[in-house]
This record gives sequence, C-alpha cells and structure tokens, in this order.
Amino acid sequence: MTDVVIVGAGQAGFQLAASLRDKGHAGRVVLVGDEPGVPYQRPPLSKAYLSGSLPGERLALRPQAFYDKHGIELVSGRVVAIDRDRHRVALADERELEYGHLVLATGTRNRELPVPGSKLDGVLGLRTRADADALRERLDRARNVVVIGGGFIGLEFAASTAKLGLSVTVLEAADRLMRRAVSPAVSRHYRDLHERQGTRVLLDGSVVGLHGDHEVRGVELADGTVLPADLVVVGIGVVPNTELAADAGLAVDDGIVVDEHMSTSAPDISAVGDCVVYPSKHFGGPLRLESVQNAVDHARCLAARLTGVAEPYASVPWFWSNQFDARLQIAGLATGHDEAVVHGDPGKGSFSVFCFRAGQLVCVESVNRTADHMAARKLLAAGRTLDRAELVPDFDFRQHVAAIA
Amino acid sequence: MPKITYVQQDGSAESFDVPAGMSVMEAAIEVGVSGIVAECGGNLICATCHVYVDPNQVEKLPLPQADEDVMLDSTACPREENSRLSCQIEVTEELDSLTVTVPEEQ
Repeated sequence: MTDVVIVGAGQAGFQLAASLRDKGHAGRVVLVGDEPGVPYQRPPLSKAYLSGSLPGERLALRPQAFYDKHGIELVSGRVVAIDRDRHRVALADERELEYGHLVLATGTRNRELPVPGSKLDGVLGLRTRADADALRERLDRARNVVVIGGGFIGLEFAASTAKLGLSVTVLEAADRLMRRAVSPAVSRHYRDLHERQGTRVLLDGSVVGLHGDHEVRGVELADGTVLPADLVVVGIGVVPNTELAADAGLAVDDGIVVDEHMSTSAPDISAVGDCVVYPSKHFGGPLRLESVQNAVDHARCLAARLTGVAEPYASVPWFWSNQFDARLQIAGLATGHDEAVVHGDPGKGSFSVFCFRAGQLVCVESVNRTADHMAARKLLAAGRTLDRAELVPDFDFRQHVAAIA
Repeated sequence: MPKITYVQQDGSAESFDVPAGMSVMEAAIEVGVSGIVAECGGNLICATCHVYVDPNQVEKLPLPQADEDVMLDSTACPREENSRLSCQIEVTEELDSLTVTVPEEQ
C-alpha cells in the first residue's frame, strides 16, 4: 500500500487521515502540522472556547490515543519544499519525509491589514488556538474593542465579546455585514441583532491607520474619526497557502487547482480543503470555499479514491455561524442570485431566505430554522429546485421535501 | 460515576465511567469509540453522532428538542424510534448503565 503524507493538520488533513484508516488504508499515514499538540477544532475559537465555556481539552478533534490506535503518525514541523522527482518533502529543520502519495491540506492564512500601525501590540487576528489564547488574555483588561471586518469571524468574536459586557465596535468596509456570504435580508437582521446587544456597527467604514506608540490606542477612519481602542481584532478575509504547490510547479489560481477527484496537476499529489480551487457542480465553475463542510467532504472524497472507490466530488456546500442566540445555517451558494424571498418572520428571529438564480433555487439561508436548512440540503443534493410560487406563508419546506423524496 | 456502554454492529461492547455533565458523544470521542464521528463538534448540525438507545432505557431520556428531531431525519442509517444524537444526551447519575448501539455508518 502507498504511504500517504498529508501536509497540514487542520480539519481537512485530520479528516483525510481518519477516513483513510476508516476505509482500510494499510500504508503509512503521516500527518504533518506546524502547530503544537493534536489537531483541534477551529470553529469554537471565536465562540465557546473564547468565552471559556468550552475547556481546552475539549478542543481536540481526537485525543492522542486515537492516533496511536489507528497508526496515524503525527509529525510536528513545517514543510518547506516538495521534491517531486525523489518523492520527498523537506521540513524546515531539514528532516525529509518520503511519500507514495502527497496531499496538500495547507489551508489559508489571515489577510493582513494594509495600513500603518497594523503591527502594534494589541492588534490581533483569530485563526489558531494561540491567537484565541492571546485574545482571551487581552480581553481581561480591554475596555474598547474594535473589530475590523464584519464577516463571520469578526461578528462571532464581537458577539462573544459583547456578552462579556465590553464596548465593541464593528467596522465593515462594505455597505452591509457578511456581504460576501449572505443576502441583504440576513445582513440587515444581523446588524439589528448586534446593535440591540449594544455593539456599534459602522458600515462603509474604511480604516486608514492605527494609532499608538507601542500599544494600539486608536483606529483612524477615512473621514478622520479616531475610535479609541485598546484591542483591535482583524478579520478581513484570508489568503490560501499555495506557495508550496506553486514552487513545485503545480497549477495555482487563487488556490491549488484540483479536478473533481481532488487531484492536482501532478497525479501523485492531491489537495483538499480551504486551500484548493475545485470544479463545483453547484456553483457551475471553479470555486474555493472556507468551511468545515468543504474540508471534511473533500477529505472523504479523496480518501475514497485513494482506497479504490473514485467518485467525483458533488457535495452541497453548507455553512453555519452562531452569534448570540441566532443560529445561521446556509445551504448552497447565494452568489449571483437575482431573487431572494423571505419566508417566516425576521421580527421573531426565525426565518429563511430562499435565493433563486434564473428561477432555480441556489441557496437557502436559515436563522433559527434548522428544519428549512436540512430540507434545503436534501433538495439541493438531489439536484432539484423549488417553484417560487410554493412559498406561501404557511409553506412547510420540511414536509414538501419529505413528500417528493 | 455513571457507566455508559457502547455496542458496535458486530455485537462487541465497551463500557466506560463517564463524569456527569459530559455528553454521550464527548465521552465516546474522548475514549475513542469507533463509529461516532461528530463532525460539527456538538453543534447539532451534522447528524454524525447518531446512536440507537437501548429500547428499554429510552424513557429515561428527555424527549429530543425540535432541532434534534429535525436532524434525526438526516442520519445516514435509518431513524428508529430509539434514535438519538449522542451530543444531545447529557450524562447524569440517573443514566448510569445506559447502553447505546453505534449504527453501521454516520
């Protein structure tokens, strides 16, 4: 059996290792990560772990014993080069690992804020457990928190922080929150939600600089306003980690390019998770996504191929975000939708937005409406659509989908 | 400490002492019970910690909340009357000797 070396021990790398063993892969499985400890879950970092309700030992995806039991070798180190001719990867400390099949699960890194002062103390991002630990420590003495970027991470952090009773301001450069991910109705609902909890939300707010000598003291906006700040959290998107792939001559285009089987342009190298651009059946073109679902399903698809059952990747994308008591669940992709129909009552905090593109249902965004979310996943996975005329006030989506299944 | 027993499809069973307050899913992950996947980490969004509760013990559990009920419609193995998501079963002293069976797939 082939020895598989996986570069990157995030959700995708972990899932691939676990799924390979689950499907009976008998060769070596080596999982290389550049963070301390066993692979862990990232979603709680901005929520339950940050607030302290999830203890550190619960963050691990699996305890060390799992890796021992299944013969998954955890290697701590940073891969710096791929030698395709010799089938080896080189680590920063000059160790080498030989592979039969190589998998890149290198993920993404946070986009840096391109303004003066972005390196001041007290300006932090949120990606790793170490980041969350640094934030927790800062939160203990922070008075004025400014979040730059009104996307999922920024808003989840803002919600966790507001619950601690701190003054929080969210700055978003676009004209609405989570613009890249959700429809305007959902953006509006979340703006209201955060404002009701005492958070200040500034839209069209572009940052020109951060003030302070050593420690950050303020955030300057384009109109000259300076917001006092002793903690600034930057969540303005990510950059895929593609350098290893590009240096090795693999095709890269805002992500490591893979086919519907997760294979890169080299047959003995595959890639999965946030770092890849793949041909999406649901999007109808090349797509790069940042989500747990994407990481897990890519990994499962690849594990099946490497153990002899190749099926093209076809999973429906889905996402979730918990902020205050609102559970946002998204099935499908709202990108390019031309009609959005709100069903339910946003005023009561429970509704779904059905997004159509050229008359086809492409996405359902649900707030505290899990039944709609699950129905949408089933409908979209079956390649079916919904007649817009069905969306009368007492329409029951769950029953509708159960009846046509 | 309450004892929880996990039974696999081949009939093999493992029992563990689980501190009250943990979920049946968390305990399974901690000790490495096969077949409990828990992709979403207990957020009630993936339905991959499905278990069948011993039919004689189902009544000891509180009824599923609405979201769990919905998610149980989407399990990989068929939903039965004794189907539950193990992330939603909080271990208490009253649940001592609870037995759950892990389905064929998640």
